[in-house]
Amino acid sequence: MSDAIQGRCCTFVVDGLLLGVDVLKVQEVIRYQEMTRVPGAPHVVTGLINLRGQLVTALDLRKRLELSPRNPADLPMNVVVRTDDGATSLLVDDIGDVIAVDRDTFERPPETVDAVIRDVVTGVHKLEGRLLLVLDVDALVASSGAACRDGET
Amino acid sequence: MAEMDEVLREFLVESYENMDRLDRDLVALEERPTDREILGSIFRTIHTIKGTCGFLGFARLEKVTHVGENLLARLRDGTLTVDAPITTALLALVDAVRAMLKHIEAHGNEGVRDDAALVAELVRLNDASTPSVATPSAPSTPVAPKPTPVAELPAPPTPTTEATAPVATPAVHGASAKSGDDSKVSDSNVRVDVGLLDKLMNLVGELVLARNQILQHATATRDGGFAATTQRLNLITTELQEGVMKTRMQPIGNVWNKFPRVVRDLAVLCGKQVRVEMEGKETELDRTIIEAIKDPLTHIVRNSVDHGIETAEERRRKGKPQEGRILLRAYHEGGQVNIEIADDGGGVRAERVKAKAVEKGLITSEAAARMSDREAVTLIFLPGFSTAEKVTNVSGRGVGMDVVKTNIEKIGGAVDVTSRPDAGTTIRIKIPLTLAIIPALLVGCDGERFAIPQASLLELVRLDGDAATWGIESIRGTPVYRLRGNLLPLVRLNTVLGLPERRGDAVNIVVLQADGRPFGLVVDAISDTEEIVVKPLGKLLKGLPCYAGAAIMGDGRVALILDVLGLARAGRVGGDSRDRAARQEREKPAKASTTTSLLLVAAAGGRRMAVPLDLVARLEEFPRHALESAAGRPVVQYRDGLLPLVDLAERFPSAAPQAGGTLRVVVHHGPEGAVGFIVEQILDIVDVDVASAKPAKVPGLRASVVVLGRVTDVLDVPALVQGALETVEI
Repeated sequence: MSDAIQGRCCTFVVDGLLLGVDVLKVQEVIRYQEMTRVPGAPHVVTGLINLRGQLVTALDLRKRLELSPRNPADLPMNVVVRTDDGATSLLVDDIGDVIAVDRDTFERPPETVDAVIRDVVTGVHKLEGRLLLVLDVDALVASSGAACRDGET
Repeated sequence: MAEMDEVLREFLVESYENMDRLDRDLVALEERPTDREILGSIFRTIHTIKGTCGFLGFARLEKVTHVGENLLARLRDGTLTVDAPITTALLALVDAVRAMLKHIEAHGNEGVRDDAALVAELVRLNDASTPSVATPSAPSTPVAPKPTPVAELPAPPTPTTEATAPVATPAVHGASAKSGDDSKVSDSNVRVDVGLLDKLMNLVGELVLARNQILQHATATRDGGFAATTQRLNLITTELQEGVMKTRMQPIGNVWNKFPRVVRDLAVLCGKQVRVEMEGKETELDRTIIEAIKDPLTHIVRNSVDHGIETAEERRRKGKPQEGRILLRAYHEGGQVNIEIADDGGGVRAERVKAKAVEKGLITSEAAARMSDREAVTLIFLPGFSTAEKVTNVSGRGVGMDVVKTNIEKIGGAVDVTSRPDAGTTIRIKIPLTLAIIPALLVGCDGERFAIPQASLLELVRLDGDAATWGIESIRGTPVYRLRGNLLPLVRLNTVLGLPERRGDAVNIVVLQADGRPFGLVVDAISDTEEIVVKPLGKLLKGLPCYAGAAIMGDGRVALILDVLGLARAGRVGGDSRDRAARQEREKPAKASTTTSLLLVAAAGGRRMAVPLDLVARLEEFPRHALESAAGRPVVQYRDGLLPLVDLAERFPSAAPQAGGTLRVVVHHGPEGAVGFIVEQILDIVDVDVASAKPAKVPGLRASVVVLGRVTDVLDVPALVQGALETVEI
């Protein structure tokens, strides 16, 4: 399975939420990079990064998931994921472990969860003492433009 | 003979690829029988193979593909729809062609198997849709027994071997004896995905940046071993970079080399005499571009022979040499490559082209009546257009100039055709040197860097002092600037991009051309020009109208490339203002013909001098201490070389010599090299009526004109350049 229902999951933390992406979708994890602003872009787009000659769009997950803004002093990490739209970097607070997950712990997100999160999450793994939200990176990127243009107006 | 083998090998490699694509396309077609795109692709592939094998002299291959093409033409036109028997027959055709290709590779000829059954089946399917047979019940009966024999046709090539062995030339045969049935030709060449080459080029670019950083570091630390290793790294990186660049560049001669034969065979077929001449064979182009222009160029050349050049008899009657001439020319110009294909044939008859276009329903007869001859000639680029009276083996199927045009535009090029009746037709193709790298001007706005493609750049205007305050006027909030008497609409980059406004003491205006209409882009700062590598933006950012892409700069950071058209729209420049510009152009047509643009400068003592603007490449400033001397002549170091200078104050002595810490230099780039003219001040650009000029008698001066009420000497640039270069050997 390639949606991290079963398999290995690269985890990271954004504003206290534990999120994960199927490890096969992750190209690499890098430290904070200088980026080029893109005036006029959807506000979730923080900028463009040159990743060894590859142009990578950086999305701020805090803004995308409508969480509280990051303290400017804390530099985010880049989780570079492969999507239908080429490589995209997700800006996160902290990187966690790569953990093995199993179908038994998986469940679709309840209806009561905010649509902002529900639309970009394939489901929840009920880990010991913690919930791991599995991101659908393609849905996340595809809907970012539209979602945020609405959010801006 | 080696050249012939080269052509053959290329044909085989290409055809094998085409065959594989055909297999995929045909299967896809069965699922979507009405998909015109797939049909078009199949048709073109077969057409290409037919055309190529035609001039390579493979009659059997040509015959089979020709009937296949006939059938496909009907499918494409929609007079016949694809069904299972047709697909089977077409696949059998592909197999038969593949078998022949294998045989050609092994034995140098296509074998002597009888294709009659396959040909008959294709012809029958082609005729099957005549009204009488087209009734719903009819197809099932005649078609049913056929597929079986057809499917058997592409028998294994082994049996044919003995039959043809005596025919093959000893050399080819000997070589093939060891090689089995497998395609050895495709094995000896590695065809590399262009994507991979691009990736390599990117990585090498990154490596160069990393190397530069290490080099800086190495000079700072004083570690001998480290320095030596760095030095090696430096050399290897440079060599690697050159190598990777080289893998992408090819001389255009590689494509041209096969034309003499193409032309000869075709000319024989048409009963004409044609000679091919070439200029600029060694002009190098990116390989992706070479690939992309190969087919269009072949099409054009074939067209020239088939439609352009007249028969020997007709030429004699017209008083032209019996032998027609096709001239292929290629040369670099302004970061682009120009390719010209000129024939001295009958030319394109505007009236006939118009009539044909109307007849085919491509344009209305009113539109045709309004069209100038020059416009009419460009009608040949419309899809579905062909003036050939009948469909011949060579051309006239309407796959042609429209495909040429789309293919060339796809790679960012442009095609243009000019023609004079009885004097010939010239087709000019302008294409970028490479798809990957374009020259761009870097500008700054709110601390960010942006790149503007130089293709749309007209000029730069800088207003400082009083001009910065008063230069920009506004009409109900719309800023405009008076550029040489005409109102230039302005767009502020920071307003369009939603960046904060910065008040500086100078205003920088980048004059750009969008949609045939100039407008000024106000930016915070103008820096240098740089060659940039264009990269497309992701989907998230693609919708933004102001950006055409992004580029990775020399320091490794990303800069956005501005979309000039998008900026113009965002700033609401365009639309009706375009008509206004066109009207203005019409209102003063007489002016343009007799005026020349001059760069007005002041030499020593305020003496007015002028340089024809089209001879000016750049304006530069150097600190006075940068002035050095080589062999007793003034030079400055400029762009990794020496720029010889001509001090106008010295060359044309008058009153007080100039002082001050800065050298202002007008740089001229000629065929012989670059030369700079030291002036005291750059004043303006003016349009001057050259009719009023008085020829000058002083060497180095061309003429004297009155500009803005003052006598101004126009420099004789070629003479001055020659003088400067003669004394400095570089």
